[in-house]
Amino acid sequence: MKIVVLMKQVPNTTEMLIDKETGTLIRTGVDSIMNPDDTSALEAALKIKESHQAEVIVITMGPPQAIHMLRECYGRGVDHAVLISDVAFAGADTWATSNTLAAAIKRVQPDLIFAGRQAIDGDTAQVGPQVAERLNIPQVTYVSKIIEVTHDSITVKKHYEDFDETVKVSFPCLLTTLEQLDHLRFMNVTSAWEAFDKPVEIINNQVLMLESKDIGLKGSPTQVRKTFTRPVSNEVKLIHGGSDEAVKAILSTLAPYLQ
Amino acid sequence: MIKDIFVFIETRSSIIAEVSLQLLSEARKLKQQYIQKGMQHDVVAVLPGYQVESLTSTLFRFGADKVIICQHEKLKEASTQHTTKALSDIIHAFAPDSFLIGATVIGRDIAPRIAARVDTGLTADATIIEVDMTSDSSLLLITRPAFGGNLYGTIVCPNFRPQMATIRPNVFEKIEMDSEDKEVVHFETTFDKSDWVEILKREVQQAKANDIAKARIIVSAGRSMAKHMDLIKDFAQTINAEVGASRGLVETGVLGKDVQVGQTGKTVRPLVYIACGISGAVQHTAGMDKAECIIAINSDPNAAIFQIAHVGIVGDAVLILPKLKEELQKILN
Amino acid sequence: MNEKHLLLKKLYQQFTAEIVRPIAAMVDEEEVFPSETVKEMVNAKMMGIPFPVSYGGSGADTLAYVLAVEELSKACATTGVILSAHTSLGAHPIYAYGTEEQKQKYLISLNKGEKLGAFALTEPNAGTDAAGQKTTAILKDGYYEITGSKIFITNAGYADIYIIFAMTDITKGTKGITAFILEKDMPGFTVGKKEKKLGIRGSSTCELMFDRVKVPVENRLGGEGKGFGIAMSTLDGGRIGIAAQALGIAQGALDEVVAYTKSRKQFNRSISQFQNTQFKLADMATQIEAARGLVYRAALAKDTQKNFSTEAAMAKLFASETAMSVTTMAVQLYGGYGYTREYPVERMMRDAKITEIYEGTSEVQRMVISASVLR
Repeated sequence: MKIVVLMKQVPNTTEMLIDKETGTLIRTGVDSIMNPDDTSALEAALKIKESHQAEVIVITMGPPQAIHMLRECYGRGVDHAVLISDVAFAGADTWATSNTLAAAIKRVQPDLIFAGRQAIDGDTAQVGPQVAERLNIPQVTYVSKIIEVTHDSITVKKHYEDFDETVKVSFPCLLTTLEQLDHLRFMNVTSAWEAFDKPVEIINNQVLMLESKDIGLKGSPTQVRKTFTRPVSNEVKLIHGGSDEAVKAILSTLAPYLQ
Repeated sequence: MIKDIFVFIETRSSIIAEVSLQLLSEARKLKQQYIQKGMQHDVVAVLPGYQVESLTSTLFRFGADKVIICQHEKLKEASTQHTTKALSDIIHAFAPDSFLIGATVIGRDIAPRIAARVDTGLTADATIIEVDMTSDSSLLLITRPAFGGNLYGTIVCPNFRPQMATIRPNVFEKIEMDSEDKEVVHFETTFDKSDWVEILKREVQQAKANDIAKARIIVSAGRSMAKHMDLIKDFAQTINAEVGASRGLVETGVLGKDVQVGQTGKTVRPLVYIACGISGAVQHTAGMDKAECIIAINSDPNAAIFQIAHVGIVGDAVLILPKLKEELQKILN
Repeated sequence: MNEKHLLLKKLYQQFTAEIVRPIAAMVDEEEVFPSETVKEMVNAKMMGIPFPVSYGGSGADTLAYVLAVEELSKACATTGVILSAHTSLGAHPIYAYGTEEQKQKYLISLNKGEKLGAFALTEPNAGTDAAGQKTTAILKDGYYEITGSKIFITNAGYADIYIIFAMTDITKGTKGITAFILEKDMPGFTVGKKEKKLGIRGSSTCELMFDRVKVPVENRLGGEGKGFGIAMSTLDGGRIGIAAQALGIAQGALDEVVAYTKSRKQFNRSISQFQNTQFKLADMATQIEAARGLVYRAALAKDTQKNFSTEAAMAKLFASETAMSVTTMAVQLYGGYGYTREYPVERMMRDAKITEIYEGTSEVQRMVISASVLR
C-alpha cells in the first residue's frame, strides 16, 4: 500500500503580531511550523504504515526551506519525501496549487492520500478537494477518526457541525484530516540521526512540464486585490452607567466575532 | 449571456440551512449594488435535493428571484459526488456570473471540487462581499480573514466565471420580505450509478472540553466569581466560548489548573477575551494581553485590567452577564 | 554541532515542551518518579542515543546524547539525571567492558529502553574513597555470592539492571574491586527506602542491600580486580552527562528569568530595563556559554580521545558551579516570587546543588584536573 501525505510548512500564526503603525503583519521572527491539520494526516499515515506495512511518501510544495520540514518527516519514519519547488509555481492560488500537486501525485500512483483539512496561513480548506477532483478520485473531508483500514478501503468518521458520520470509501481516495484526529508522534533519535542520509526528491517544472497557464501566479484565477489588518484600538472605552448601557457596549464589540 | 447571482441552498432532512437564507438576503443587496451600476443580476436559488418542491416559497420570501431545482434520489442527502455533479452541470447550463455557497462542512467540501471542475476561482470562508463600483465589470470584491484572523485579504476573480465564494455562516442577516412565488426551473441531469462512499452510521456529537489556548473567545473569571461559576459557564456556552480563570480563582478549587491564564498558567491569544472580576495583575495579563479584543468587567474603576482593555465596564459581572446572555440569544436565534 | 545535532535538538525541545515541562513542578512537589515520561522517551528512542544500531542504540554520538540531557534538564533536572544515569552509568560500562553475550543479553534491552539501568559504587563508608568498599563477592561453584550494601543509587527501584562493585579480594584495596551486572529480581537483592532530598526530588535515590546474592560468573563485568578502573572511566563519561544536566538547569533558569524580568514591572518599567538586571543577565549568559563550550568539547573528546578525564572534570566542575550561581542569581532577580514554589527558579536552585556533589564532588573534579596540570 502506498500513502501520500500532502503537507505544508506555514508560519506560526498564533505568534504573529500586527505592526500597529503600518497595519501590516510582522513576519520576522515567526517560526515556520508543520501545518497543524497536516500533523494528524502524517500520524494517520504512519499508523497505517505500522499496521499494514504501507509506504509513506510526503509531498510538499513550497520554497526551498520547506526541506527542513521534510527532514523532520524523515525523523518520524517517513519513507520518502518530495519537495515541489520552482519559481514558476510561486504565488499559486488553490486552483493552480492543486494542478501542480496532482501532477506530482500522478507520478506516485498512491492508494490513499491524506491532507490536512486546511492550512493556518490561507485557511481555505480547498486544496485537498481540488486535488481529489484533478485526480478524479473520491474524497472525505473533515475526518476526525480512522475506524478501519483494509487492503482496498478505509472507514472513517467525518465530522459535521453537529453530528458525525461513519463512511467507508474504497481506494484510491483522498482524506482531509482535522487536527484532533491524532497527535503527531515525536521524531525518534534513530530516524532523526539518519534523516540527512536520505535524499529529499526535489521536483521542479522541468519534471512536471505543466503549462504556465495552469500554474503559479499567472495560472491562478483568483487574485489578491489588497490586504489589511483589522484596526486595533488601545483606547479603552470605560462604561460606567447601568447594566443596559454595559450590555449594549459589549454586544456591539462582541457581535463581529460571533460565529 | 453570463449574468445572475446563484446561491446554493443547503438542506438537511428538508430543512434549509440558515446560511443559505442569509446568502439569499445578502445576494439581494448585491443585486441593488448592480442596479446602481446599471446592471441587472437576478438572485437565483439553486436547490438540489429530493422531494424539496415545498421549500421554494421560503426561498422567494428571503430574496430569490428564481429557483432552479434539481431533484434526484441521489441528492436526498448532501453528497460530495452527486451534489458536485448537479451544481457543476447547472453552472455549465446556466453560466452564472457568481455562485455563493455557505461555508459549512458540506459547502467547503463541494465548493472546491466544483471550482476545479468548472475551472474557475473560489474564495474561501468570506466575511464581506461587495460589488466593485470602480469598474464597469460585474467584479465582486470578496474579503476574507487569513493567518488565523490576523490579516484580511480582498480577493477578486477577474477573468473566470462564475466568481465563486464560500461565505461564513452568521456574518449576514437573513431578511424576510413579502413575496409571491416566482419562476421555478426544473433541471435534470444524470448521476453516477455507484456511490463513492458508503454511509454506515450517523450519530450526534457529545460535548467535550476544549483547550483554552486554541479558543476563539474566552470568558475568564477572577476569584470573586468563585460562587458564580454556573453563570460564567452558562454565558460562555451561549457564545460558544471557553472558560478561563485567574490564578486566584483556580486556587479556590472551582476550576482546574488547565484553564488558568497567566504567567504561571497558559498564554492565550483569542480573538476576544472577556475578563469578569479580574483585577489585572501582570501575572494574569502576561498570559492574555495579546488577545485581539479585551472586554473587562470589574466593579473597581481603578482595576489594572482597564489599562489593557479595549472595552471596560465598571460594574458587577453577576448583574450584567444574565442580561447580556438574554440579548445575545435574541441575536443568535 | 552539525545539522543532525540541530534536528535532534528540535526533537528534544518538542519532547521537553510537551512531556517534561508540564509536569516538572508536580514531579518535584510530589517527589514522583516520572515513569510516563520514561515511556515516552523509550518511544522517541532516547534510551540508547550514543550506542550502535546493532546493539539497539541510535548510532548517534556523545554530543547527541549530551544535548538530550541538557534539553530535558532545562525543564526538569530529575528527568535529565534519569537519562544520564541510565546511559552513562548503566549502559556504557556494558558497551565498553562487556562480553558479546553480556551485550546481547543486557545492552540491547537497555538501549531499546525495555530495561532501565543504574550504577552502584558508593557505600556508607566509601564515597570519594572508593577503596573503602565493604561489599564483598566470594566465588563459589560457578557463581559469586555478593553481600553488602550501597547508598544514594540513582534510578534504584525503577532500574532493572544494576552495575555494582564489590571486593573480590579485600586485601588489595582498589585493585580488589570487581564489577558485576545484577538483575533486580535476583534473590537476596533488595532496594531500601527512598531518600528525601533537597533537589531532583522525583529522581529515585535509594539504598541497595545484597544478602548473599548469587551472581553467575558470566555476569562479572571485566576481569577480577578491574572494577575500579571500570568505575573511574565510567564516571568520566557520567560526569559529561551531569555537566550537561547542570548546563540545562542553568540555561533553563536563565530562560525563565529573562521572560520574567521583561514582564515584571516596578517603578513603571519592566525590571529588565534596569542596568543591575541587565548586567546580571549578561554575566549569567556568559557563564552558561562558557560552560556549554566545555561540556560540548568534553563530549567531542569522549568520541575522539582515549583519555578525556580532564575535559570531563573541567566540564562538570564549571557547569555545576555555573548552575549553582546562575540559579541563585535567578531567584534573586525574581525577588520574593522567586522564593515561592509558584515559579520554577527555586526548584532549579535546589536541583543545581546536587550537580556539585554527585559523580564526584567539585573537590574531586579539582583533584582530577590538578593531577593533570601537575603531571
